[in-house]
Amino acid sequence: MVELTLPRNSKIGKGKVWPKPDGAAKTKAFKVYRYSPEEGGNPRWDTYWVDIEKCGPMVLDVLFYIKNKIDPTLAFRRSCREGVCGSCAMNIGGNNTIACTKGWDEVAGTSITIAPLPHLPVVKDLIPDLTNFYAQHAYVQPFLKTDTPAPEKEWAQTPDDRAELDGLYECILCASCSTSCPSYWWNGDKYLGPAALLQAYRWLIDSRDEATGDRLDDLEDPFKLYRCHTIMNCAQVCPKGLNPAKAIAKIKHMMVERMV
Amino acid sequence: MAGSGWTDRRPMSPHLQTWRWHATMYGSIFHRVTGVGLYGGAVLIAVWMIALASGPEAYAVVEGVILSLPGQLVLFLWSMAVLYHLANGVRHLIWDGPMLGFSPAIASLWSIFNFAFALLGSAMIWSLASLG
Repeated sequence: MVELTLPRNSKIGKGKVWPKPDGAAKTKAFKVYRYSPEEGGNPRWDTYWVDIEKCGPMVLDVLFYIKNKIDPTLAFRRSCREGVCGSCAMNIGGNNTIACTKGWDEVAGTSITIAPLPHLPVVKDLIPDLTNFYAQHAYVQPFLKTDTPAPEKEWAQTPDDRAELDGLYECILCASCSTSCPSYWWNGDKYLGPAALLQAYRWLIDSRDEATGDRLDDLEDPFKLYRCHTIMNCAQVCPKGLNPAKAIAKIKHMMVERMV
Repeated sequence: MAGSGWTDRRPMSPHLQTWRWHATMYGSIFHRVTGVGLYGGAVLIAVWMIALASGPEAYAVVEGVILSLPGQLVLFLWSMAVLYHLANGVRHLIWDGPMLGFSPAIASLWSIFNFAFALLGSAMIWSLASLG
């Protein structure tokens, strides 16, 4: 359902402005989304001043600065801190990306907003509930499916066939793309979203996979695939430079090709 | 109603409230908006033709509305909507057919081009019309 405004319990109030760090020569303001299930109530924007001369270059460094030096109650996900795990995906300066590879000096504006990935239930602060996102990934059955008996060694693939998977296999499932997509905002319960569809195409195009027909059948309904309207937010925000919109266009081609 | 479908006790994270729009996002929503607008335009053509068939008095009334300032403004916006929807429709054809223009940089530039095409194109049509 298209609902342009936030539900009543989700409207964001004015939060606390935390004091500037003592003796800091250069500071930068960060407006961070805060919500605590223990405290209840509506979410709020808290403002933190970060001493940028004592902080690392990435937005994830900023979050650690805040957590270690100003406010230990701030909650966020992170693991690898080098763009491999996808845990620290969030909305930074209005666009989704992963905090560990986004330099805070790359974000325009005097005050940088940091919010959870859009249009999801918030567990706490910058941590959204991704249950539906993972269920959609499981739905496309992201593994090799074959009927012929397994070969003695590995399933062989030519270098050219392997090259078809470039730009697809690199996805780290950070959910930046799916939660950037207005179609996914309005129909996230029925539309699979860019991340799951990119993975669907990754297995559709794999020369070793033998379930192409079944996989296409599983996507053939008015919502699962066809809610993509090439708004292109997915490709605009992907922190790995992948292009889900193009993968979705290729699935649509496969749908037509098997009928003509 | 705002958020009437949201039954979760947890808040929904902000979406349009925090989003910084890309050119392609404007391009997409304006394709939808101009598409709806063109239905209104089709009704205007019908009204104009019915008036034309109903005789000089009826036509004079419609002509009066069209030539008024608000009428001219609607016609100008309509001509822009036609040109934008045309240009972006061709782009959709190229996206869906040969699947070109998907890289974010090219897609953004193309969106800006379509807006410029609509604005400059209708400005040109109207300046030619006012000369004639």
